[in-house]
Amino acid sequence: MTTVIKAPGEAAAEKRSAASGQPRGRKKSGSDGMVLNVFSHGFLAVWGILIILPLIWLVLGSFKTDVQIGESALSWPANWHFDAFPRAWNKGIGSYFANTLIVMVFSVPLTMLLGSMAAYVLARYPFRGNRPIYYFFVSGAMFPVFLALVPLFFMVKRLDMLNTYQGLILVYVAYSMPFTVFFMHSFFRTLPTAVHEAAVIDGASHTRIFFQVMMPMAKPGLISVGIFNVLGQWNQYILPSVLMQPQTGSDPERYMLTQGLIQLQYQMGYETDLPVLFAGVTIAMIPMLVVYLSFQRQIQAGLTSATLK
Amino acid sequence: MSHVANSKGRGGFIAGFLILPLALYLTFVIWPYIQTFGYSFTNWTGQSPTFDFVGLDNYSALLKDEVFRGALLHNLLLLVFVPTVTILISLFFAFMLNAGGRSGAGGVQGVAGSALYKVIYFFPQVLSLAILAVLFGAVYRSDEGGLLNGFLSKLGLVDPAHPIEWLNQPNFVLWCLLLVVVWHGVGFYLVLFSAAMQSVPKDIYEAALLDGAGRAQTFFKVTLPLLWDSVQTSAVYLGIAAMDMFVLVSTMTSGQFGGGPDHHSEVMATVLMRNFLYFGKAGYACAMGVVMLVLTLILSAITLRATRREHVEF
Repeated sequence: MTTVIKAPGEAAAEKRSAASGQPRGRKKSGSDGMVLNVFSHGFLAVWGILIILPLIWLVLGSFKTDVQIGESALSWPANWHFDAFPRAWNKGIGSYFANTLIVMVFSVPLTMLLGSMAAYVLARYPFRGNRPIYYFFVSGAMFPVFLALVPLFFMVKRLDMLNTYQGLILVYVAYSMPFTVFFMHSFFRTLPTAVHEAAVIDGASHTRIFFQVMMPMAKPGLISVGIFNVLGQWNQYILPSVLMQPQTGSDPERYMLTQGLIQLQYQMGYETDLPVLFAGVTIAMIPMLVVYLSFQRQIQAGLTSATLK
Repeated sequence: MSHVANSKGRGGFIAGFLILPLALYLTFVIWPYIQTFGYSFTNWTGQSPTFDFVGLDNYSALLKDEVFRGALLHNLLLLVFVPTVTILISLFFAFMLNAGGRSGAGGVQGVAGSALYKVIYFFPQVLSLAILAVLFGAVYRSDEGGLLNGFLSKLGLVDPAHPIEWLNQPNFVLWCLLLVVVWHGVGFYLVLFSAAMQSVPKDIYEAALLDGAGRAQTFFKVTLPLLWDSVQTSAVYLGIAAMDMFVLVSTMTSGQFGGGPDHHSEVMATVLMRNFLYFGKAGYACAMGVVMLVLTLILSAITLRATRREHVEF
């Protein structure tokens, strides 16, 4: 506790007295900085390599043959085989991809719409029960999803929505609600009231104000939460692995991409066709890489501010 | 606001906007959360519609369940190491990025190319844990085809004829998983800390530098205290992640829903899933869910309390 209070003022004074005994010139600190600079670049580069190397290695693996993968990890693809990609696509990656897209096309906009509606009303309309409802929504973020898993399975089963897109869509929307409401709530609070009041005087209805005035104004917030939800739902594994299993032998597989990859891992370990697995992972990584590189700034800013709030 | 508050159609509008989100949230989140507590006192199998109330039987069985106790221990180990290791490495790199540059006339500077570093480091964060599981499953392969074994045998540290079975070694398996979590998480927390460091006004650093503080001193006496809020938040988040671990353990290790070899990588989540989906012990699995919740809440409370410092305004 005390160190903090001391830090900016007193500690500096201590150092000043210490420094006067052993003066440090600009030059010295300059060369210090030089050493440190090389030193930090060294460490930073090593970590960079540790991040990139396994990923590149995996992508390269999809151009090798199974035998070549097993023989030596450090070999360059001897002759580049491109056939693992179409094979992976046909082994199921294509349909897992489609399944994930189908679910997300509905779940993300629905999450944004319902989450914003609730957040908007809670942020800008004082009414009895407002605070309890808000905390009720937000508290969901505190609990581990495992707490709900068993009853959730039976709830979805009772609604006859196991292994259906609509079931998973509704579950995704529900589980994205706490964070979306939380984030959009703080966003709607920051929007100026003057615009709203002007719209009211012009005779716009509440609903109209929401859709035509407030939503466009909340665009930056919507983008941040949107990215967060896209990443979260795209990468979700536990919910689909419980809810999206064929219930009978004749049921179609409606695996999500994450589930499908793990499925492929079991299958390919068995059939010893690792290039297909690596190609599958590469295919699954590409959209994330594209989304990441195009929204890199927003993603970093969005996720970090979301955590700190 | 009063204007808005009193205009007509307000009540209906509020109800209309809240009803759908609330209904969904209640049905799929809150109600299952509540039901878990109820089911945890029953011997429900999940198959039959009938079940009996068995009181605390599930909980006392949990205490005697060797596998679950082992899993709990592993979660606690991860809970100590995941946040510590991740936070230390990210803090180190964040400081390097923001203060490791040549100190010119402008005082402490970030390294050149720090933006590029951040782009690379953060990337694992957008990959799904399933991708990570496949990737590191391949890295840890138990033959020469694994990146780690291949590399070590090239260096002559591993006998190519007897590569290390990373994920099948009772003593290694948990630490192998820990490395994956750290690899995945460092980029995110680095960016987080980096953002926090950048929001510290430059003149505080310059003042410290003028006063003759070295980099280490600057870090411990200036940067760290000002970052304490972010460190604390990160500890809670990483702690919650360490309580879960389901995806990595269930997909990378041997056994039904993972946990192998011989339960050496078992975590509570994998035991829960196995009991629920494989053994058909729904009630028992619910009791585990409750234990996970209680532990998560206790740990968040402890972290927030233990790391509480005076808040510094700047």
